[in-house]
Amino acid sequence: MKLTKLAALAVAATIAAGPVLAELVFPSLDYRTGPYAANGIPFADGYADYFALVNARDGGIGGVMTKVVACETGYNTEKGVECYESTKGMGALVYQPLSTGITYQLIPKATADGIPIHSMGYGRTSAANGKVFRNIFNYPANYWNGASIAVNHILDQEGGDIKGKTIALLYHNSAYGKEPIRTLEELSKKHGFKLSLLAVDHPGQEQKSQWLQIRREKPDYVLMWGWGVMNQVAIQEAANIRFPMDKFIGIWWSGSENDVLPAGDKANGYKALNMHNVGSDYPLYDDLKKYVYDAGNAAGAGDQSGTVLYNRGMYAAMLAVEAAKTAQKIHGVADITPAMMRDGMEALVIDEAKMTALGMPNFGPSFSVSCENHGGPGLGAVQQWDAAAKKWTLITDFGPSDMEVIGKLIAEDSAAFAAENNITPGCN
Amino acid sequence: MLYREAGDYKTSYAKDQQTFPIAFDRWGYRLTIAFAVLVVPFILNDYWTNAVVLPFLIYAIAAIGLNILTGYCGQVSLGSGGFMAVGAYAAYKLMTSFPELNIVFVILLSGGVTALVGMLFGLPSLRIKGFYLAVATLAAQFFLVWLFNKVPWFYNYSASGQISAPERSLFGYAVTGANAHPATSYLFCLGFVFVLAWAARNMTRGANGRKWMAIRDMDIAAEIIGVDPMKAKLTAFGVSSFYIGISGALLFAVYLGAAEVGEAFGIEKSFLILFMVIIGGLGSIFGSFAGAAFMILMPVLLKNIMVGQMGWPTDLASHFQFVIVGGLIIIFLIVEPHGLAQLWRLAKEKLRLWPFPH
Repeated sequence: MKLTKLAALAVAATIAAGPVLAELVFPSLDYRTGPYAANGIPFADGYADYFALVNARDGGIGGVMTKVVACETGYNTEKGVECYESTKGMGALVYQPLSTGITYQLIPKATADGIPIHSMGYGRTSAANGKVFRNIFNYPANYWNGASIAVNHILDQEGGDIKGKTIALLYHNSAYGKEPIRTLEELSKKHGFKLSLLAVDHPGQEQKSQWLQIRREKPDYVLMWGWGVMNQVAIQEAANIRFPMDKFIGIWWSGSENDVLPAGDKANGYKALNMHNVGSDYPLYDDLKKYVYDAGNAAGAGDQSGTVLYNRGMYAAMLAVEAAKTAQKIHGVADITPAMMRDGMEALVIDEAKMTALGMPNFGPSFSVSCENHGGPGLGAVQQWDAAAKKWTLITDFGPSDMEVIGKLIAEDSAAFAAENNITPGCN
Repeated sequence: MLYREAGDYKTSYAKDQQTFPIAFDRWGYRLTIAFAVLVVPFILNDYWTNAVVLPFLIYAIAAIGLNILTGYCGQVSLGSGGFMAVGAYAAYKLMTSFPELNIVFVILLSGGVTALVGMLFGLPSLRIKGFYLAVATLAAQFFLVWLFNKVPWFYNYSASGQISAPERSLFGYAVTGANAHPATSYLFCLGFVFVLAWAARNMTRGANGRKWMAIRDMDIAAEIIGVDPMKAKLTAFGVSSFYIGISGALLFAVYLGAAEVGEAFGIEKSFLILFMVIIGGLGSIFGSFAGAAFMILMPVLLKNIMVGQMGWPTDLASHFQFVIVGGLIIIFLIVEPHGLAQLWRLAKEKLRLWPFPH
């Protein structure tokens, strides 16, 4: 009796599974729990919603439906490995680990498996050198661009001369937070400012001593490389010691609504970098409302729409979809493989006409990817928080970074990686 | 019925004192080893190796290590994460400084380095006991993590402070790095687990183990009957740290491939290993395996059931996982405070009499 029941169940399951339909799988290694959830949720929602839109509106990419496979990493590298291994067998086209630590872990694994990684604005910066990191992409901008853009903004503020000024870097004591240090050291030599380093340990709830030090040393500017709960605490602490908010600049991962809202009015004037535009004033949002939100298919609680990190998740998804379209065009196949996806990412061109057609006019910089340059143009803008209106606004254009300094550092670091791992740099 | 002793005659002292005196047990053990060596490597895929089997084997070594210190010698330690970090960074420095050195020696030497560090931090145990010692080892945990973050020499001055394991091979097969075949890394770790567990089992049955247990049960009495507390405690710290160092080196080199100290070897890791030992059973080698299996496999199993089978949202599943694992820990400890090993012992007692309990 029991056995027949089991057998019937098994048969039913096979019938239900049916013939395998072609699907383009985009794993989303997200985190909706833990100390980094406040920032992980909006990104994951934006990423999932954009793919839902592409399925509902366009019938997938080139006629093939997309599928987002979510896997909770909790920003933890061991769970990240588990997620990678459990999703790669499903035909995953591109990984967005959303964690610098997990990215470091996946770089050798994904390279061996031939799956591309897109670490958009995080991860290993020298992956911008596509001759060494064939499968890793970090366009449109990386941490070293970010550091340089922040320093450029300070230069603008101070009328071009920051000799003798002090800039403090408040950073998450991990691979993520340490990435910009080398660039900032080079820049401090070039521009003659003094760099002071303040590390905050994971998860970042305890920052009393760091802010005491800032209060004592009185740096002219504070840069922040923070994530998750660390951002909220830092902005609150800055408000507590009455540090001038317009001289406190976060990287693009330290500039979302969730970071500034807890400090209330006192966060007014806080600045952060961004690599794309803010707000929900785009034709794309009408489509999202029509095809996704009103259909009840919004990811998560559906309350993150229009926030900075939601836009970033959407932007990442848009770039992935465009790369997949490019790959389909290059290879003439609709059901692409990870290797084809890689080619598509390497040939990706994003221009204003394309973004306007997608309903995202002026959403991000125009750029093109090549084998030599997996990092894009490295453009970034500065956004500022208006606490009364509860809104971020871009206060600068997408400006360039000091590629003279960064290019040298990228060449140096990628050459070291190539030597360590016996990679012959090349484009073929 | 099972576990019959009747008819199982011992004709020598050696036979009488063997680890598995009951024939049924002995055969079970041999079959498990044969299965692990001859069958498992052929059915493993990437997912099973990297998500389930490797972490289980590596944490089992760490749990055995901590069990020697806490379970057998009675010294509470919250520094396991820090000691694992010592093993990992020692392995990294050895691998990058001496590229010619065989990976087996790298791992063993990393264990040796950790043993020295462990004995150094074990010195306070000669004066302080119990909770106070726990706090002292907690200091070791924080100090070591801070040290590996602070001194760039340990991570070869890399920009990000990450250490990543270069590829090393054994008999021509890649063991570390991304190109390692799952079966190779599995067999490599299994080899270490087998030798170390076998050594631990025999050490704890020998003179040293008895000294440790005497110190654990009552240190003053042990001293009166002639056990040197300094020697006993420091050897326990040394041996335990050797095991934990090896597990840290394997965790970094074979399993993760890249690590950063605060994230991979934080205080959570110390607690994780301590929970393994407590849930598995203090003072039992089998318990170390059972505890490691419980703490490593249970979350993966729950995740696969809730997300993979039932299609729950990932955040809900992840929260439920905490609830269920936490609840199971409490239930296990209420039902059997001596851990899974004691449950196993009771089951064996029952099985001996089954089906005629009276």
